[in-house]
Amino acid sequence: MIRLAGNIYKKIGEFIDIDLARRRWFRFTRNPLSIVGLVIVGVALFLALSAPYITPYPQDTGFNTNFKEALQPPSLAHLFGTDDVGRDVFTRTVFGFQYSLLMAAVVLGVSVLPGVALGLTAGYYRGSWVDSLVMRVADIFIAVPALVLALAVTAVLSPSLLNAMLAICLIWWPWYARLTYSISSSLRNEYFVQAAGISGASPFYIIFREIFPNTLGPILTKVTLDVGWVILLGSALSFVGLGAQPPTPDLGTMVATGGRFLPEIWWLTIFPAIAIIMIILGFNLLGDGIRDIFMEEVR
Amino acid sequence: MKRLLDVNNLRVGYKIYKGSSKVLNGLSFTVHEGEKVGIIGESGSGKTTAMRAILRVLASNAIVESGEISFKGKDILKINEKELTEIRRKNITMIFQDPTAALNPVFTAGDQLANVIKYSGIIEGKNIRNEDLKAKSLELLKDVALQDPERVLNSYPFQLSGGMKQRICIAMSLGTARDLLIADEPTTNLDVTIQDQVLHLMSKLVSERNLSVILISHALGTIRGITDRGCVMYAGDMIETAATGELFSNPLHPYTRGLLESCPKLTGGGFSKGIRGHVPDYLDPPSGCRFHPRCDHASDVCKREKPQFVGDSDSHLVACWLYNKR
Amino acid sequence: MKTSTFVLRRTAYAILTLFGLSILVFIIARVLPGDPARMAAGPRAPGWVVEQIRQQLGLNKPLYEQYFSWLFNLFHGDLGYSLYSQRNVSADVLEFLPASLELVFLAAIFEVVGAFTLGIIGGSYSNKWPDTILRIISYVGIAIPSFVLAIVLQLVFTWYIPIFPTFGRLSTDVLSPQRITGFISIDSLITGRLDALGNLGWHLVLPAFAVCAGGMLQDARIIRSGMVENQSKDYITMAVSKGMPTNLIRFRYLLKPSIIPAITVMGMDIASILANAFLVERIFNYPGFSKYGITVMLAKDLNGIVAVVLVVGIIFTIANILADIIVGYVDPRIRLMERGD
Repeated sequence: MIRLAGNIYKKIGEFIDIDLARRRWFRFTRNPLSIVGLVIVGVALFLALSAPYITPYPQDTGFNTNFKEALQPPSLAHLFGTDDVGRDVFTRTVFGFQYSLLMAAVVLGVSVLPGVALGLTAGYYRGSWVDSLVMRVADIFIAVPALVLALAVTAVLSPSLLNAMLAICLIWWPWYARLTYSISSSLRNEYFVQAAGISGASPFYIIFREIFPNTLGPILTKVTLDVGWVILLGSALSFVGLGAQPPTPDLGTMVATGGRFLPEIWWLTIFPAIAIIMIILGFNLLGDGIRDIFMEEVR
Repeated sequence: MKRLLDVNNLRVGYKIYKGSSKVLNGLSFTVHEGEKVGIIGESGSGKTTAMRAILRVLASNAIVESGEISFKGKDILKINEKELTEIRRKNITMIFQDPTAALNPVFTAGDQLANVIKYSGIIEGKNIRNEDLKAKSLELLKDVALQDPERVLNSYPFQLSGGMKQRICIAMSLGTARDLLIADEPTTNLDVTIQDQVLHLMSKLVSERNLSVILISHALGTIRGITDRGCVMYAGDMIETAATGELFSNPLHPYTRGLLESCPKLTGGGFSKGIRGHVPDYLDPPSGCRFHPRCDHASDVCKREKPQFVGDSDSHLVACWLYNKR
Repeated sequence: MKTSTFVLRRTAYAILTLFGLSILVFIIARVLPGDPARMAAGPRAPGWVVEQIRQQLGLNKPLYEQYFSWLFNLFHGDLGYSLYSQRNVSADVLEFLPASLELVFLAAIFEVVGAFTLGIIGGSYSNKWPDTILRIISYVGIAIPSFVLAIVLQLVFTWYIPIFPTFGRLSTDVLSPQRITGFISIDSLITGRLDALGNLGWHLVLPAFAVCAGGMLQDARIIRSGMVENQSKDYITMAVSKGMPTNLIRFRYLLKPSIIPAITVMGMDIASILANAFLVERIFNYPGFSKYGITVMLAKDLNGIVAVVLVVGIIFTIANILADIIVGYVDPRIRLMERGD
């Protein structure tokens, strides 16, 4: 445990290391698209964090109805127009950012750590029962497309944002297990690992002090890219009605309810849809940039 | 002896994100018909760049700033695609340093060899039959002393050893080239025991077919054993050239001397002190003679101007202000 | 190892995984929902009705017994009784699966053809304008969810520029061919109803495109970057130095090593096609298996949900095995190297 803390401390020290940080920043900025991604993600985070303070009608995230003003096209009073019960679409879209990013944070926070731990261990003990057990179970989850399994699990539990998150967590960990498994099992035979073993290090030490740091780059890349995909999955679930329930301003639900009013009343669907696309695009570009940083360090 | 290849004042650089690295600094050398020329130089001295320039297979970020490469009366740098392709197929050929990287990993050796033969024109006629290609392939593989050539033809590169792969590359080159063979450190990546075999094989085939050769190496022993004439390259410049025996017994340029002295001698005498300093940074190379920062005999003119070749005896040329009385 | 051994091992392993999947699915169906009998009876049914249903469904028996009897039924083609459609789920599957398979098939063809074309163009003109345009399109395109794309396509191409039908599998005025296999494409060929085949294709274009667009662009990127990366490799330089014709190099010596990573990904893409179908079929009201799937999920029909997950899992597994075989065929290193397993 102390060593693990020491490991983390060393990593933080690495991050504060100006020279390394500068080099990493240089690699990151070589591709201008990565900067675009960073900007988009920054904006999204800003919107998510400050939603209650910057939106004109924060009460519209709930059951607030105002039928007089229903289905108004975009105007100065309502930048994105109003929906079928009179709520401000702009406000709801901004809050949608909050829900989406929150969901991604929770899901990834819960599923990444077990997945990584299992994968590292399975890879280190490659060929043993630990390996077989963990990877076979992971393979079972991977055998069905994520969306389908998520739909099934959420359908069987009662549809809600929480259950949707739970379902996605369940489905997401195997990918991290697989990622760390392949790195761990290939590094296991490297000299530095064997050297550690010979000098008496415990498996725990080897796994977390020697092997794990080598997986940080790919994990970080994958987590960044995954934010986009988790949000995509979440919005797909709510689009179908199995995720967040009304009146929650979830972007997927908004696209679905807005779909009924197409094509004349376009603002209900288009703005949330664009919001989803922006989030995914931003995290994709950012993830590519992070991959560029760590690509050359792995080599 | 008639001149076959004439490289004149070649300047080649690479565009990298920090600027442009000027590697070749007005390189000049000549290869005569039937001659075996060795090029000696450290890693990074620009040998490979020069050779790739001859065949115009430089990397995409390379810039040929000036110069002339004259082959059989034509300037290779200026001819059109069609003529260039003809030369590549029939006249000049190159053997690469790493045979594993030089062979396409997802095609069989036979497939790659057959295509080289097909386009080289050594089999007459428009529509060449597959049986003829196969027969010729087997013949070439036997020439390079490969056991079980049938199996080799059907094998993928990863199934073959380094020595076998290099023999296949030799077969591809020597089987189809008619004038000039460029061998870029052909044995460096092979086991020591195989190196000797491969070099002897190349030697034999070259004299059988009466080819001219440019052999690049940083191993002095190889150059001494096989070549007629030796050229020494340093940091993108050709600094000395002489008949091999003359070069080794009477080196003129301070760099050549330092190089030869660095070889440990079996007769004893310990190790030399080497050459101080390091290979220059091509982004900001030294002015004048690029060797001057490391040279014990450097004078003002060395820093200002690049020395041209001057002849000491008939064929012994050196580019150094020590010998250029101005 | 020989190809046949490779295939056998792969298949055996897949079957093992599918068994594991069946256990997982069973847990989802029986353990998670809490009380399946209550779910079946509905919230207002009296206690004794729930008990009766519990007996009927065999829910009083221990879990492993339930699993094995369920598995037994499975192998006899009995997927259970669907409360939603009031008949055996197997009948539902047989009715709706062919339509989805046709959609998936067309989408897969679109994806492979599209990915190769775009990837080769991007790779051949790398860093020039066709490549730049393609890269921008692919970045944005990958970020568009399939349901958004489906809605947009529907809006643009059936409403604003009405060239495709909005909903369904066949137009209402086109009689479907006699049902022999359930595949309209096959049936119409057998019965000589080429008009039905054409009409089906016309209906399939937009949904198929919506379902595969993301994967297509992703694969195109992989092929493109593979070509760019391999372009500077020594074996290409050598081919050029030997005077090989440009087309031979580009379409054979450069292309083959560059597509290998893409083929592996394409196997996974079938998963996203299948998954996207769940959303897109609903939007286009295409009477396929995925639309049926969503419907039973929303209706909480447990047997239906189980069947859907299993069928999707089986299709995906088969697709992956096929992709692995194709990769093994294209890349000799995978096929012939000793597995360090």
